Amino acid sequence: MSGAAGIAPTGGRSLPSGGLRRLLRDRPLIPLTALLVLLIVLLALVQPKVLTADWVGATIRAAIPLAILAACQTLAMLTGGIDLSIGTVASMAAFIMATQTPTLGPVVAILLAVAAAIVAGIVNGIGVGVFKVHPLIMTLGLGLVILGLMNVYQIVVITNGTQVPDAIIWLGSGTTLPFLPNNLLVFVPLALLVIGGLRFSGYGRLLFAVGDNAIASRLAGVRVWKVLLGLYVLSAVLAAIAGMLVAGLVQTASLALVEQSVLPAVAAAVIGGTSIMGGRGGYSGTIIGALILTVLTSLLIALQMPEAVRQMLFGAMIVAVAAVYTRIVDGS
Amino acid sequence: MSAMAGAEQAERADTREALGRWARRNTWTLGLIGLLASFILITKLIQPSYSAEAFQGLAIGALPLAMAAVAQAIVVISGGIDLSVGSMMALTSVTSAALMKGQPEAFGVVVVLGVLLLGIALGTTNGTLVVITKVPDIVVTLAMSFVWAGAALLVLNTPGGGSAEWLKGLVSGSILSDWIPRALVTMVVIVGVIWIPLRRSTTGLALYAVGSDRLAAFRSGVSVGRTKILAYALTGLFSAFGGLALTATTGIGSPVPGAYTLLGVAAIVLGGVSLAGGRGGVAGPIVAVFVLALVRTDLTLLGVNSNLSTVVQGTILIGVVMFGSLLTMRRVRR
Repeated sequence: MSGAAGIAPTGGRSLPSGGLRRLLRDRPLIPLTALLVLLIVLLALVQPKVLTADWVGATIRAAIPLAILAACQTLAMLTGGIDLSIGTVASMAAFIMATQTPTLGPVVAILLAVAAAIVAGIVNGIGVGVFKVHPLIMTLGLGLVILGLMNVYQIVVITNGTQVPDAIIWLGSGTTLPFLPNNLLVFVPLALLVIGGLRFSGYGRLLFAVGDNAIASRLAGVRVWKVLLGLYVLSAVLAAIAGMLVAGLVQTASLALVEQSVLPAVAAAVIGGTSIMGGRGGYSGTIIGALILTVLTSLLIALQMPEAVRQMLFGAMIVAVAAVYTRIVDGS
Repeated sequence: MSAMAGAEQAERADTREALGRWARRNTWTLGLIGLLASFILITKLIQPSYSAEAFQGLAIGALPLAMAAVAQAIVVISGGIDLSVGSMMALTSVTSAALMKGQPEAFGVVVVLGVLLLGIALGTTNGTLVVITKVPDIVVTLAMSFVWAGAALLVLNTPGGGSAEWLKGLVSGSILSDWIPRALVTMVVIVGVIWIPLRRSTTGLALYAVGSDRLAAFRSGVSVGRTKILAYALTGLFSAFGGLALTATTGIGSPVPGAYTLLGVAAIVLGGVSLAGGRGGVAGPIVAVFVLALVRTDLTLLGVNSNLSTVVQGTILIGVVMFGSLLTMRRVRR
């Protein structure tokens, strides 16, 4: 977030007075963490017995695939785009891995899955970067194409059977330490890489620059299409990793495995303070956003809300949080 | 005198410009109609026995998506986007189906009017939230899609309900010729009666103005907030028509939203509506829906795996948009 402040000029807009507002504006992680704590406190009030170390572990384990998918969305949104193909790409990667493991072994299967995701990312990147197709349309269209192809593929490999590699199951659903889930082993390096990359690497800066003003970036000598190509490949690879972790968590793979997480991933990034208009945001907020959504889900389950009410509250809270957040950060 | 001549000249220039704009705006739609005609021809060549009944079925099947596309087109023209169209269709569909089941025919009229009002209310809520919170449209409507879908589940937990016979009658069969499906006529009448007067009014102009340049529209005295809310209300209204179309064509209401939101976005892009706002109309998207439906029919007739026809649809979508942006890029370069 503070990285973005250096690039995104806010000139012309009068800053709100008041130290508190400025603090919230410059350090949006603080209100987000406060909201997370508030939700946990609410959960503790509703169900005092639920707050155990195991619950913490389970929550983190459930939040991590969502947080990785939200990373795809955060990166895409920083450039002013959106990647709606991540659900399909993630499911595809998990499905290819599970169907190829019985015949080719886990290592080749995982490599194949990642390779397929990279191809999908390249197609997205070429469409958005070179042909300037609107990202919403490009990723949506490619999602349709992949889904159709995977349905055909499913019929071809139906005799293979599916098997999720043991290592992936261990990573996706196991816990080694007293309560910490193993998928932290994947997530922590990934998260550090994304946060650090966005803040300190030239490429991270380019993502902000392209999202803030693509024309200015081009005039400054940035090859915008290369930045976008790299972004969508990265996004697809992250999606593939998330998909395989989900497969490890539920220990099976299907073509609709990750589809229902696409919109929550967008929501997590938005709640985390990344602007869908591009150029502003960061990954640390997104991680908290993913945690907030996960805790919110357990809170609603603890309140024994029917699925319908849970969905409605979920939607209403996204609007509310986004509205409050917009007001605080933009300080208008 | 010279002032008058000047005014006349300016008027003539205006007319010419307007004609030019009309032609430019409609080349896309005209091209699509050509594409539709060639697909109908191809269909006839592949399957000489392709009958009027099959065409009626095509029109019935395409009706809900056509309404979704019109709904999406209006809000996108005004510079927004509504990702809750599918959920609003599900909610209005289950509401109408639940209320009409086992009720007398005449009560159906009340239900239909009520559901249309409900659609307007849903859309107005979306629009008001977008305007008041200043959160990007895509986020608000995405979140509201959860809300409306949840509400639909509260109304009917499983597919069910019923439909008045006259409502089903509005979309089945044909009028005058076997080749003029009643569903198509109903849709053209509904869209025409609402959209054409609107398009010609100041309000319609305001929709386009806000979509193409909010600031310029504001400085010209257009109430941007009110116009946006109106656009969302209209989107809600057409989503309600879409929901009623679902009830009428299937005879029941289903609480699970179909893929109408995203397919609708695809159809309007094919139909020549610019996602940046301010450009396009509702005729193009409707034609695009029929083109997409015919492609699917043709592929089925050719014996292609139905999954591959999804691939073809996606490829057509991307291909057409790439083609469109290539054209724009060349125009810019020149």
